[in-house]
Amino acid sequence: MNQTIGKQSVQLKSGVHILSGASIVGKKEGEGPLGEYFDMVGEDPMFGCESWEEAESTLQKETAQIAIRKAGIEKWQIRTIFAGDLLAQSIASSFGIMDLEIPVYGLYGACSTMGEALSLGAMAVAGGYGDYVLALTSSHFGSAEKEFRFPLGYGNQRPLSASWTVTGSGACVLGTKGGKAGITGITSGKIIDFGLKDSLNMGACMAPAACDTIYQNFMDFNRNPEDYDKIITGDLGKVGQQILFDLLKEKGYDIREQHMDCGIEIFDNNKQDTHAGGSGCGCAASAFASYILPKLEEGSWKRVLFVPTGALLSKTSYNEGQSVPGIAQGVCCEHLT
Amino acid sequence: MADIAKEKKKQEYEKYVNEITPKHSLPLNMLKAFLVGGVICVVGQCILNFAKSRGLNQETAGSWCSLILILLSVLLTGFNIYSKIVKFGGAGALVPITGFANSVAAPAIEYQKEGQVFGIGCKIFTIAGPVILYGISTSGALGLIYYILQRLGVIG
Repeated sequence: MNQTIGKQSVQLKSGVHILSGASIVGKKEGEGPLGEYFDMVGEDPMFGCESWEEAESTLQKETAQIAIRKAGIEKWQIRTIFAGDLLAQSIASSFGIMDLEIPVYGLYGACSTMGEALSLGAMAVAGGYGDYVLALTSSHFGSAEKEFRFPLGYGNQRPLSASWTVTGSGACVLGTKGGKAGITGITSGKIIDFGLKDSLNMGACMAPAACDTIYQNFMDFNRNPEDYDKIITGDLGKVGQQILFDLLKEKGYDIREQHMDCGIEIFDNNKQDTHAGGSGCGCAASAFASYILPKLEEGSWKRVLFVPTGALLSKTSYNEGQSVPGIAQGVCCEHLT
Repeated sequence: MADIAKEKKKQEYEKYVNEITPKHSLPLNMLKAFLVGGVICVVGQCILNFAKSRGLNQETAGSWCSLILILLSVLLTGFNIYSKIVKFGGAGALVPITGFANSVAAPAIEYQKEGQVFGIGCKIFTIAGPVILYGISTSGALGLIYYILQRLGVIG
């Protein structure tokens, strides 16, 4: 059964259902505008562990368990987990889900990982390779700062374009039946490089990728912005959002009405001093599981395009003078009646 | 030809991003740096004057002053306060000796989990390393020039 459509997209003919979404976040995220929607807010940034990395692993494990419980199934019924995070060699995922004893595919798509996990999970379910699969990602402010920037205690001034890595994890159980929301289409993202080298302006690095994926989605499915109730990017932040609007306008589309960015929604910059907005795998993932999915389930949004965005860099690539390319994965989600 | 067009597109995008990206106000940042840097220097001067009033000579009092400032900075780093001072004061808090102490203490705390040798031992100077390496090299080179000039009789 051929389910491809257009140049880069997949139209899922057999229904892929989103059975449940779960999210756990840190204290700062809990104090943000989306605070009331998360399943759990951890007061302790260490989550009872010894290091940032272990804390992030714990975050993932507990989020996975909540998602499985909310789906009303048993752990052993999950056929495969698609998981990833920001740390080198994806150690937060590996050590987090090791104890679950479920087969795993580890992913890396920087902050777009939730889009990647949902895409691959949906394809696995649609292809008949599992009745239930789990899509899971996380990020942690402490471990991300250590991985990509400076030790936490080191004093420095963040530019206004910088984003704040979300401490949080999001998980969704996908399956062949059940739930009131589903994944109906996928637009896979290309790596797009406009040559920008500023890793502290990730919104500007990722906006061209978001533009490319959203535009391609419109082309492949022959849709317009009005066909979506919301077009939701992952963590472009204020600067990236502006660029996305401008780039899409050049291509003849205006998405101001529909657009929402998880990074802008998750923090209140005026009160929380986060500058451009939130970022990290956990940003899009926790916002999707806690805020976007329930809106779809209750039917107040009928169809949304979820486009988590990632900036592809490492400390080494940055130090060696490479640019920061972006990637964006598009997932089409709909309310199911 | 295609490369030139691509390069031009990159430059245009960079220019456009620069235009729309909000920036910190430079005069305001300079004022804050002046205030914070000034306060740190006043604290240093107080320590120096106090030490001298207790009968220490200039050199010993100066050493005590540096030691106490470093100790204060390390303590404030441990309590996660120094990073907040730098966020406000910028270079005013980074350039004095307290900023240097912060850049050594912060990695020591962060990498403690990775062990005494490969954690703290290897990574304590990840930020301060360049300052130490090039600082020492430069002073060595300057010393050599000074020595040669002295031998040639250019300076006394």
